Amino acid sequence: MSDLAKSARVVRALGARSIRQTFRRPQLLAPIVVFPTLLLAIQTGGAGASIELPGFPPVQSFLQFMLAGSMMQSMMLAGNSGGIAFAVDIEMGFTDRLFAAPIPRFAIVLGRLAGTAALGLFASLWFLAIGLVFGAEIEGGVPGALLAIVLITASALAVGGIGAAIALRTGSASVVQGLFPLVLVVLFLSSAFFPQELMIEPAKTIAKYNPLSFIVEGVREPIISGIDATQTLEAVAAIAGIVILGLVLSSRALKHRLRVG
Amino acid sequence: MELAAAPAWRTNLATIAALMARAKNELVRVPGAAIPGVLAPTIFFLGLNGVFGALTQLQGFETGSYESFIVPVSMLQGAGFTGAAAGVNLARDYEQGWVDRLLVSPAPRWVLLAGNVLAASARSLIPATFVLVIAFVIGAEWPGLDGLVICYLMVAATAAVAACWGSMLALRFKSQSAAPLMQAGMMALILFTPAYAPLALLQPWLEKVANVNPLTNVLEAARQGFVGSVTWADTWPGFVALAGLLALLGSLALREMRRTNV
Repeated sequence: MSDLAKSARVVRALGARSIRQTFRRPQLLAPIVVFPTLLLAIQTGGAGASIELPGFPPVQSFLQFMLAGSMMQSMMLAGNSGGIAFAVDIEMGFTDRLFAAPIPRFAIVLGRLAGTAALGLFASLWFLAIGLVFGAEIEGGVPGALLAIVLITASALAVGGIGAAIALRTGSASVVQGLFPLVLVVLFLSSAFFPQELMIEPAKTIAKYNPLSFIVEGVREPIISGIDATQTLEAVAAIAGIVILGLVLSSRALKHRLRVG
Repeated sequence: MELAAAPAWRTNLATIAALMARAKNELVRVPGAAIPGVLAPTIFFLGLNGVFGALTQLQGFETGSYESFIVPVSMLQGAGFTGAAAGVNLARDYEQGWVDRLLVSPAPRWVLLAGNVLAASARSLIPATFVLVIAFVIGAEWPGLDGLVICYLMVAATAAVAACWGSMLALRFKSQSAAPLMQAGMMALILFTPAYAPLALLQPWLEKVANVNPLTNVLEAARQGFVGSVTWADTWPGFVALAGLLALLGSLALREMRRTNV
């Protein structure tokens, strides 16, 4: 078996483990599924009349508009949950045992990220299903839905990289868990839940430059109107930026972890 | 010569005070543990205000200040988080054997429950005050002394309801794994109300849910001073709703407490 195939097996096994871990522990699954679904229901029911506001983009319903935001929220929390689970592995010595095993170090991190990406995939499917069940139309059709799924899965991988880096650097689940409010801040300061033009200052200006806004618009466009090449490319560029940041941070944190043990 | 035993009510009060002091000590010794409970409602407040502030432009919105409209929601949310955290802490205490030691003490079960619930109630004033100060800084309107007192009473009683809910689940599942259920339950109860917009502007399904949700009365009572004048007609339904919830969830929590064996 080639080295690449061996590494792929390790990544697959660790990825499957991280998915099982999430589905077995309600503390990890709830933020990914329960809270974003609850918030979607509450915001759709509570702020649904906002589509009548002048300047609101033409949409079939507020639910249709909100789907991308809920997927983003779920994906971000999946990244955070992945980081927490990784830090628990470090605290309990499981990662030390993996470091001592004859497997490439990057495969250990990639295994965790594969699990997080799978959870991102699950989140996108979950919210698309909810949208379809409650009458939201996907204007971009099947290609549009597939594009949204791919962008959310890739974003989960990207955000998971940052979560993994923090877990490796700190080795503390409570520190990674402490980032939960930060996830909410970053989300609120993007156009995840409302059109950026209708937000009030300073949230409006921050949302304009927040990379998450580019991703969420890339995911939203195929749902509310159809695939738009410019917005898709902007979303891909934002994801690539986060991936690079995650890779750099993870690589440094991995070296630090190997040094301190 | 035999010493006269202290009256039962005095012993019970002393036990409740000791349990509340323990909760206070936790807060003083590990202040970081209180940060998420304070941060989460504050972030929600600032986030919702920044995101949904334009909703006040809708016809039928009862105030032009969204921060005034949303601040009681965030204060109640803080109470919900604090109460649910009391349940999580109880589950942790059970896992670590502390509850077992309490249960073999001669203290009545209701006293043990009351200590936990009242501690949560007192603790809920911290996030509520923090959110309120932030709200005033960014322009929320002064609700009047009567409005403010009613709002704080609603917050403290909501925390007690949440602590009963959390304690019931903690004693039923005996594990911190039930934490999401404690938090999600309170979040749903508080937000399936006219939290984001007045009743008339909610989607029909949410309007129906909000009309039967007792927390709607609590929110309306807490909010009245911030968006208008304080009236008895807007106040008493809130107290009745909280009394009903406290009676129901308190008795269920007490039943779980009595069922818990050492």
